[in-house]
Parts: sequence; C-alpha cells; structure tokens
Amino acid sequence: MSRFVLALTLSALTLGLAACGEKPQTLAGHQISGSAPAWQGPTTAFTVSGWKVGDERSWAAHMQARAQGQNEYVRLGTNH
Amino acid sequence: MARMKFICDAERCIECNGCVTACKAENDVPWGVNRRRVVTLNDGVPGEKSISVACMHCSDAPCMAVCPVDCFYRTDDGVVLHDKDVCIGCGYCSYACPFGAPQFPSNGTFGLRGKMDKCTFCAGGPEANGSQAEFEKYGRNRLSEGKLPLCAEVCSTKALLGGDGDVVADIFRSRVVVRNKGSEVWGWGTAYGKPAGGATAKPAKPEGTK
Repeated sequence: MSRFVLALTLSALTLGLAACGEKPQTLAGHQISGSAPAWQGPTTAFTVSGWKVGDERSWAAHMQARAQGQNEYVRLGTNH
Repeated sequence: MARMKFICDAERCIECNGCVTACKAENDVPWGVNRRRVVTLNDGVPGEKSISVACMHCSDAPCMAVCPVDCFYRTDDGVVLHDKDVCIGCGYCSYACPFGAPQFPSNGTFGLRGKMDKCTFCAGGPEANGSQAEFEKYGRNRLSEGKLPLCAEVCSTKALLGGDGDVVADIFRSRVVVRNKGSEVWGWGTAYGKPAGGATAKPAKPEGTK
C-alpha cells in the first residue's frame, strides 16, 4: 500500500512539475548567414567594368585600384 | 583583401554635407534617419574642424556584443551589417555605439520606433546582392557592383576616404607626410606610421623641373 502511495505521489509530482518546465530561449543555432560575398556580383546594369564578376582576386584588385583613385597625389601625378 | 574602413581627414573636410546627401539619396534612407552626419568642433571659431561620421565598421563592434537578438554579422570584407528581420528595435546598439551610428526611424502617429538603420558601407544586407528586397531594406549594394561607398567617392575634397583599410591608411599617411602636419598627434605613429604597401605618395619633383 505504501509503495502504491509513494508511486502515486511521485507520479503526481512529476506531472505537476512538468508545467514548471521552460522552453529554451537561447539563440543556439541562430546564425545570420548574410548574402553572397560582394565579388560574386551579380552582373547588373550598374556593375562597373574592369573586373570579372565571380573572381575574388579580380574584384579585390579592382577595389584596390578604385580606392587609389581617391589619392590625387597618384591620380594627378603631383605632391601639391 | 584587408578590412573595409572609412577615414575622414579633418584638415580637408569643409562641412559641405555632400556625403550626407549622397548617402541619403543613394540608399533611399527613411525619413528621420541620417546614416552619415558631419560633426563640427569649435563651430564658428577660427580653426574649426569638421569630420564626417557614420558606422566605423569596428573590428570588435560593441553593437554586436550587446544586441539581445544577435542580429549583427560581419562580412568577409570586415563590414558590420545587420538583419532587419531579426532586429527588434530595442535601441541597445545605439547606447553601445561610441559614434552614434545606429539610427531609428520615428515616424507614425505615436512616434513609434522602428527597426535600426545604419551605414552598410554600401554593402546591402542578408538578402541576395542587388535584389529589390535588399534595396528596400538596406539601400544599394555598391560593393557587389565593383564600387566604393558613394559618400567617399562623391567627396569633393577627398576628405572622406573609404575602401581597403591598408590603402586608405596609406593615402592618409602620404598626405600627412607631404603637408608635414599631423604626425605630431599622439598615437599617429601607431596608427599610420608604417606604410602597408597600399599607396605611396609620388616623390616630390625638384624645383624648376616640369
């Protein structure tokens, strides 16, 4: 009899406490992948010439050259 | 490829706000939001200095650290971007950012605060490059078109430089060397003292030569 009462009590506790459970709220597994790298294009009407869409090295070289366009010492060939 | 960075040369900025206007127009930035702004120190006093400020795409970005929903990510080029579909507009990032880069559109009847908007280095967002969905949420993706951010490219005095960090740092370094002013500032040698091979000033021509 006492075993039965004990089992009943444990079962009741288990069922009762089940409601106290909590869904995980962590961001585990959540990761924003982002879009494709810039060097993958795509080719649009606005894509400038001078590099090959899909070629990372071509894009990097083009961007370096374009950044150098901001250096008027080089662009204009003067130091003043 | 190094990391994409902005540098603003305070000796050259003339507070024209061309960068602000260009950014606003190019990216269809919402009302009430300026992704870039020009800050002037000692305004009206002889010797005033202006700099153009936006997201600096930090290497260890505090906005990323504090975001409770982890909506930020960093591209291979070092550009800090965020996903507006994940952002809850809480504003923590704006408190964390030392540059005031995160902006919140506040239109609507009760001034409802919308999702965060900030400079994307003209690199769009998580949607497909160059797509309409990307444009509507984040503006143009100029990097995927082989271009640099418009604010830097449009700058009339080339005060605002944008692009590969090594290149723009070397451009700035060569300017300081040529004008012989600025390298006395504390920390300059650490930041710009060594050329990275991205850019060098051409040697000065001797007097009397063409």
